[in-house]
Amino acid sequence: MPELLPPASPRRHLLSIGDVARDDVERILDTASSLSVSLEREVKRLPTLRGRTVVHLFYEASTRTLSSFELAAKRLSADVMSLRSAGSSVDKGESLRDTATTLAAYDPDVLVVRHAAAGAAAFVAECVEAHVVNAGDGKHQHPTQALLDLYTIRHALGRLEGVHVAIVGDVLHSRVARSLVQALGLVGAETTLVGPPTLLPRDLASALRCEASTSIEAIGSADVVYVLRMQRERMLSGEALVPSLREYSALYGITPERVRPGQVVMHPGPMNRGVEIDARVADSGASLVAQQVRSGLVVRMAVLYDLLTVPTAAPVVEREHAGMT
Amino acid sequence: MLHVRNGRADSLELAGRVVAPAQGIDECLRIEVRDGVIAAIEPAEASSLVLAPAFVDPHVHLRTPGREDEETIASGTAAAAAGGYCAILAMPNTDPVVDSAPVLEVLAARATSEAAVPTGFMAAISKGQHGEELSEMAELAASGAVAFTDDGRPVASAALLRNALRYGALAGRPLALHEEEPTLSRGGHAHEGAVSAELGVGPYPSAAESLMVERDLALAHLEERPVHLMHLSAKESVDALRRARAAGVPATAEVTPHHLCLTDEAVRSLDPNVKMNPPLRADADRAALVDALRDGTIDAVATDHAPHARHEKDVPFEEAPFGVTGLETSFSVLFTRLVEPGILLLETLLERMSQGPARIFGLPEPRIEVGARANLVVLDLDAEWEVTEAGFRSRSANSWLLGQTLRSRVVTTVADGRVVFGA
Repeated sequence: MPELLPPASPRRHLLSIGDVARDDVERILDTASSLSVSLEREVKRLPTLRGRTVVHLFYEASTRTLSSFELAAKRLSADVMSLRSAGSSVDKGESLRDTATTLAAYDPDVLVVRHAAAGAAAFVAECVEAHVVNAGDGKHQHPTQALLDLYTIRHALGRLEGVHVAIVGDVLHSRVARSLVQALGLVGAETTLVGPPTLLPRDLASALRCEASTSIEAIGSADVVYVLRMQRERMLSGEALVPSLREYSALYGITPERVRPGQVVMHPGPMNRGVEIDARVADSGASLVAQQVRSGLVVRMAVLYDLLTVPTAAPVVEREHAGMT
Repeated sequence: MLHVRNGRADSLELAGRVVAPAQGIDECLRIEVRDGVIAAIEPAEASSLVLAPAFVDPHVHLRTPGREDEETIASGTAAAAAGGYCAILAMPNTDPVVDSAPVLEVLAARATSEAAVPTGFMAAISKGQHGEELSEMAELAASGAVAFTDDGRPVASAALLRNALRYGALAGRPLALHEEEPTLSRGGHAHEGAVSAELGVGPYPSAAESLMVERDLALAHLEERPVHLMHLSAKESVDALRRARAAGVPATAEVTPHHLCLTDEAVRSLDPNVKMNPPLRADADRAALVDALRDGTIDAVATDHAPHARHEKDVPFEEAPFGVTGLETSFSVLFTRLVEPGILLLETLLERMSQGPARIFGLPEPRIEVGARANLVVLDLDAEWEVTEAGFRSRSANSWLLGQTLRSRVVTTVADGRVVFGA
């Protein structure tokens, strides 16, 4: 006989950092800390989500996010299925709604969605009964990345309150930047966006209540230099946002000379070495890149755990508990 | 030239508070219509109903030919009748494009068997709306094209537009312009501002419209030929238009109900039914549009009724096509949002929905006088109703007003002497 599952909680989703409260963030980070202990054991698998199903629906290429989510679910003993748009019925023109409802017919507990359009995860959340986790929607949000970055900063610096983070590079195309600025604001940290004028949306800093600068000098006072990937694939040809990667690198590339002692450097990956980050920085003791990947695993475990076991919390969408006795 | 289903004219009597601002009438009257013509006008008892010249919509997408699943001449004109319209103008961005006399003539013939309200057709400025060669404007005008437009897309080439203005003198019909500088709007899904920045949705700046407005006003000035600016959205466009008109440039303009009522804050919902081209802009833009409609800088309200199939709008915002329906809600929403709160006079709204657009395109102006063809709308200003999908006569339901309660309702529409809606 399988053990009884805890009663289903009201449907909650993790769609945007804008929907969550500071308490939620702190609870998830604390859960991640506890879970990290389990990963140091010889047997790393926990029985917590045995009998639960986590489905990944990825419409965009992803290595680290998908593998991180898959491993997180497996470490918690959930059943895992991953569907990539390439080679699936999506290639045959199936709509997002139809794909989502088809997968929902398997009664997954969590649906993790990555898609090129803003609001896609929220759209899926309207179509299905499962908890939905946004693994990146267009240039809008990537909330688990923001949470793992907070976790990494807290781990490295011992605090979040009052920490100053400079986010450098292609802010325009970055869902990582949009969700991270909001998350840093929630926990009392400060952000400065740094990049060439064409990659800094005009109204973003005021909308997100942070600072912005087009000068690389602005990273000087930061505790954390967060380097964004130059998203060449998102730049429409002929858009001429920067004259060349060479000039971008000369003006904004993070080189050893630009990193002050005591600063730490982060990057969400995958890195373009020699473009936005110098290999000597990426491989230095100041780099937290590998730690970010480790954080990603425990934070995603914590998110799955939180959605499926914490009875009520802030971003709640009440639904009927059909069939529960 | 307008085309309508063949049929017999009606005889009826209507009574109410007659508001015909263009004729300076505002009193309770009884109107007798005999065989489609206003035969007598007499004083009547006070009434809660308003009787006004029926509306004219200069900007409707009937989606025919090519997308009859979204709208047909029959369904689109039935929607127009329910919205109080006695005439509409259909856009040529169909499949095939209305860019030749044979296509136009087939549509006109179909309208004489299907159109519930008189319908005029615009033809394309350029062949296939490709922006490269002029359509045969003189022949199209002779076949009844009311005006020329490449609506749905801009005339990107200034030289082609200049030639259209010059050559178009032979056709003697106005050019109606969709103002969009395509390299600035490329990849844009929402107004460039705080909302699009925060959502990470591709920005579509106001300058994409106002630059083209400035260019086309300069060309109209140069050639001394009229231009009509469609669906204005930005304050900078309104400012440019006001300056040009003061300098004597023969320019007219229209504005949609959604640009008069909504701002880009609505886009935070990422509801595909608030995605339009041009996009919803900031509150300063919205206020400038209302001011311009009030002072007559903008002559007309146009719905830009743009039906879309359900499955095409049932997708994430950035993947959805631009456009919303509007024929069946235009008066009610503008009454609810602008007239009732005291922002716009009822008389002004009625004029901008009727004589204003008719005058731009040289259509017969709906009038309330003995001997005039009956083009009348009866309005119940006290009615409240909820906008529902089931209530639409349009084949499509991509309205930004679904689920909302509106005040005032069209009770009866008489178009070209026939009762086309209500009793």
